[in-house]
Parts: sequence; C-alpha cells; structure tokens
Amino acid sequence: MGEATALTATKRKTSRASRAWALEFWHYRELFFFLVWRDVKIRYKQTLLGALWAIIQPFFTMLVFTLFFGTLAKIPTEGIPYQLFSYCALVPWTYFATTLSFAGNSLVSNQELITKVYFPRVAVPASAVLSGLVDFAISSLVLIGMMIWFRVLPSWELILWPFLVIPLVILALGVALFLSSLNVKYRDVKYVLPFVTQFWLFLTPIIYPTSLIPERFQFLMYLNPMAGIIDAFRDSFLPTRHVNWTALGISFGISMIVLVLGSLYFKRTEREFADIV
Amino acid sequence: MDYSISVRNLSKRYKLGETHRETTFREALVNLFKRTGKKPAEIIWALRDVSFDVKDAEVLGIIGRNGAGKSTLLKLLSKITYATTGEIAVKGRISSLLEVGTGFHQELSGRENIYLSGSILGMKKREIDERFEDIVDFADVRTFLDTPIKRYSTGMRLRLGFAVAAHLDPDVLLVDEVLAVGDAGFQKKCLNAMRDMRSTGRTVLFVSHNMAAVENLCHRAIWIDSGRIREDGEARDVIKSYLSTFTESQKAGFDLEKIQSRRGSGDIRYTGIEFLRPDGTPSQLITTGDRFVVRLYYRARDKVLNPHFGLQISTEYGTLVTELSTWLSGFDIPVIEPGEGHIDLEIASLNLMPSLYFVSLWIEGVGPIHYDVLEHCASIDVTPADFYGAGREMSSRFGLIAVPCEWRFDHSRGSRQLS
Repeated sequence: MGEATALTATKRKTSRASRAWALEFWHYRELFFFLVWRDVKIRYKQTLLGALWAIIQPFFTMLVFTLFFGTLAKIPTEGIPYQLFSYCALVPWTYFATTLSFAGNSLVSNQELITKVYFPRVAVPASAVLSGLVDFAISSLVLIGMMIWFRVLPSWELILWPFLVIPLVILALGVALFLSSLNVKYRDVKYVLPFVTQFWLFLTPIIYPTSLIPERFQFLMYLNPMAGIIDAFRDSFLPTRHVNWTALGISFGISMIVLVLGSLYFKRTEREFADIV
Repeated sequence: MDYSISVRNLSKRYKLGETHRETTFREALVNLFKRTGKKPAEIIWALRDVSFDVKDAEVLGIIGRNGAGKSTLLKLLSKITYATTGEIAVKGRISSLLEVGTGFHQELSGRENIYLSGSILGMKKREIDERFEDIVDFADVRTFLDTPIKRYSTGMRLRLGFAVAAHLDPDVLLVDEVLAVGDAGFQKKCLNAMRDMRSTGRTVLFVSHNMAAVENLCHRAIWIDSGRIREDGEARDVIKSYLSTFTESQKAGFDLEKIQSRRGSGDIRYTGIEFLRPDGTPSQLITTGDRFVVRLYYRARDKVLNPHFGLQISTEYGTLVTELSTWLSGFDIPVIEPGEGHIDLEIASLNLMPSLYFVSLWIEGVGPIHYDVLEHCASIDVTPADFYGAGREMSSRFGLIAVPCEWRFDHSRGSRQLS
C-alpha cells in the first residue's frame, strides 16, 4: 500500500516535471522560432548555388543509384522506372541523414549560446531538425517535374506525402536528441555518424524494394522504423502501390518510443551541458 | 522587506579536468579497465556555502579576484548551470548579460541579429518590434542594418550587442564584466545605460573588476574569495578591504612562485619580480620620475620559442595606465631553453603621480598562446618627489601621470595670433 502510494507520487512527480518541461518550451516558443529561422537562413549563406543544394544532393544520388543499381545491377522495382523508384525514397532519406548530422552536432556548435544564456536546451536540436524541412520541401517539388517527365498520374494517396513528415520528424528528433546530448560528452559521435547513416541506408528499402526480402524476414525489416516510413513515402507517390498501414503503424509506434527515450536521455543529461560542452 | 533574489547555502563543485576527461569512448573504455590504478578526480569547489539576499531594486556589486567564483555565481543564478547543493529563489523575469552580443551570428545582418539576440536574451518579438528604432539609434548602425555583421568593425558589433542588451526589460539583470571591452566612449555609454536601469527600479547584479564603476553604481557589494563570501556590506567599505589585500607597503621584490591564481600553460613562468636602482641595488623607494629597473625572474619548463614578456601598470581602481612589452618594443627573444633566468626592463623615467599601482604580468607566445598570466601580482607605491624641481610635492590630486614639461614666457611678442 505504502509502496503503491509512493509509486503514484513519483509518477505524479515525473508527470508534473514533464509538464513543466513542456510548458517552459511553450514559453520559449518565439526563441525556438528564431532558432529555426536562423538555421534556415544560414544554411546556404555564401554558397554559389544556394538552395539548389537541397535538390542536387538527392538528385545526383538518384542518378548514381540508377546507373549502378538500376541499369547495371538490375534491381527489380516492380516495373517502376528506377529514377522514380529511388528518388521518392531519397527525398525523405536525405532529409533524415543530413538532419542527423546537423542536429547531432547542434549542441556542440552552439556551445557559445549554451554557456552564456539560459533557454530550454531542447530548442537547439529541435530547431536543427525542423529547419531541414525547407530542404525537404524544395526537393519534393522535383517530384512534380519527374511525374511530368515520366508521364505518371499520381493516385489520391499523394496527399499523404506531407503528412508522412510527421513520423519522419518524430523519429529524426528522437535520434537527434540522443546523439546531440551524447556528443556533448563524447565527440566520437561526429565520427560514428557517417557510419551509422551508411548502414542505416542499406538497412532501409531505398535502393531495393521491400518485396526483395523473403516474406518471413520482412517483420525484422520493419523493426527499423525508417523502413515503414520510407515505404509509406514511396507508396504514396507511386500510383501502382498502396500504403501499408500496418507497417506504417509499427514504424510510427517505434518512432514514438525512440522520441520518448531520446527525450528522457536528453533531460537527464541537459543539466550538465554548460559544464562539459 | 521584499527580496527578489534569495540564495541559501549555495555550493558548486567541479571535478578538475572534467571537461577533458573521457571525452571519447576509447578513454571511457580504457578507464573502465583501469579502475584500480585511477587516481580520484581532483575536486574544486567553485562556490562554497554562499548565502545572501538581494532586495527589490537593489544594485549589488560582486567583486573578487579571477577564479574566485563570481562568474559561477551568475551562471547558477541564470540557470545556465546547476548547483551541487543549495537553493536559489529568483522573483520575476531574469536576464543575463554575460557577454556583449550573445547569440550573434556572423552571417546575418544587423537587423536580423537584433531579433535573434533579443529573443535569445529573453525579449518577445513584439517587444523587439517596439524597441527596434531605439536599439538602432543607440547602436548608431542605421546605414549598415542590412549588412552581415561579419563586415562590422569590432566597435560596431559591441555597440549593437550592448544596444540590444540595454533595451531588455527584465526584473532581475545579471551583468558580467561587459565594461571590460570597448573604448572609453563605449564604457561610458554602458555605464549610463546601467545607471538608467537602476533608476527604473530593476534589481541588478554587477560583476566587475572596475572598482570605480562598482562604487559608482552599487550601494552594496559582496566580495567573493575562493568560493566563499568574504565580506558583504557597503560597497565603499567592501572595496576598500578588498583592495587592501593586494598591498602591503612597497617592497623591493615579490615572490611569484607561490601565487595560485594564475592562468596559462605554464611552459614558462614568472618566479619573481624585483625593483632595482640603475646600479643594481634593490630599490626600497620608488618616486615620480625615477629611473629604475624591473627585473623579471622566470623558469622555463620546456624550450620556448619567441616568447614575449609584458607588464601592465594599473590604478587601484583597475584603470590600465600603461602596458610595456617586448612585443610592443620590438624586442625579440628567439628561444629560451629550459631552466631559469631573468629579463630586465629599464624604465627611463616613471612618470606616474604618487599613488598605489598594481602590476600585472604576462608571457605570451605565437599563436597567441598564454604561458603565464598573473593579475595584480605586485604593487608599486609611488612616493611623492620633486619632479619639476620646484620644491613642490607631486600628489595624486594632480592626476595619474606627470608629463615632463617646461614653461616659457614672452610678454613682448604681444597678443595671440589667430589665423
């Protein structure tokens, strides 16, 4: 009995602390907005091609993939031109991969702010995660051009495309919270990140379709939340395919778990940031 | 009485070298297996058992030597870092101004940076909109508003940074040594802005090495020494007892070996300073206009390339009177081998009015790298002398410096020629 009350008390305490955390973030929403705005503004400052870089990255990856995996390795794509097949997955993937490296380093690159002024620390990685969405939007526009080029009529599911950003951002934020706070203490993160994204790229159905995996192993694939999310992006874009809601649901659930764990780790370590960054 | 800040038994502990310890997984792993041979981390108490209250609308000065814990205190109050033990209660909105131009981004324009920095320092967008014109006028950068601030001069950047800060509207403002930067005009502007803040009934905590500014702005001061409050009371009294620790009567030399509060890598260090007469005998008395030699003893732990030695003379109130250095004089020492030695600085004529002056010393190398920095490590008590040979005693009421000069008079040349 006593133990039970103590437990509810702790529960109440943690939930109150979480609410205070959320409330404080709300209080600082304008600062958050300004940080996102800053990250967007400085992204392509003093570059020749500017926002074109948002397109160049996934587009050229698509060309290379098409040559090697489509034309040479002849990976089956269920009859879809390999360009379309890979680009619609590369758009969300590029967002995810660049966000991880940008947001993963965000606390360290903003150490001057962190040691000089107080604000909810979570605003730093969170703004890095959101600012990448501008690139995502720009590179998504190229899809329209590709639809015209390949004479593809989209199905109604294309309207899901912008909404699929929600699980994508949730997952990116969850991982970014974990990586950025780990990076404050261990700078290895910077070196580990390229590996992680490389492996993750191959574990996710981007180069190949999910159907290439034997059916009895497919559930394993969906333990990787990016698999369900990327598949859903592809399904919504390609008229011959349909969104697999179960897979998307699993990915969404796992993404939420990642976000919760990432937040908890972040919250536990953030008090020390200014001392050790 | 209403308090806007209340601090109880505040302590902050740092593990020495924590910032460098185990910063990669590899080191963490290695340490995991080396547990037994690992020496316990050295613990430093940056603050120890500090308690005080600040009344509404009070302006409190915080003084103390470098590394005494003043900045740590401000960081704790502003929630940048957390206390190991103890409690802090702050009433109302708190803004901390620990540097000028917090949150500035080089690539963004002046206009954009006003919004960015303002919001980072705690202003709402609406408030920045309202005060925007005032900020621009205060900073005097209107023509460059849309230029990236990386093209600004240092002075402009400082002005812009302070302009944003001066238009904050917090209940409690924490200010750390912002007056240490900028020229005299800028400092005056800052002081005036702070005085205005005081008159609007805000609570201000003000950390500074500029004793004149502290005495001028604050009624009350706290002196922090090695993490503890040494004295808390009327600003004038606290400053006086703080300054008195720097000096005994004039000594012919100071042992610098045991001084703990020094910065720098330590590859080469000062071990002593001596004041000598031109003939090489110790000088017990230094007077205005004296010719004398400052002998600086050092010990080099490693071979040091191209070191530069420097000496600063400042007043009791922290105003820098002059800096003398081998670099400024173009005197190069290509290399110093490990071992001990000394370097002599001959001052042809010490043109300082009688008063107590503090000497700070530094050794720097290319990079720049700081080998050894010692603040206020020695003092010179300049005794009155008959500088102009008129039988009249010089005194501090005539200013800081005595300029060698000569008067002439010629009545027959008639009235002044105005052209």
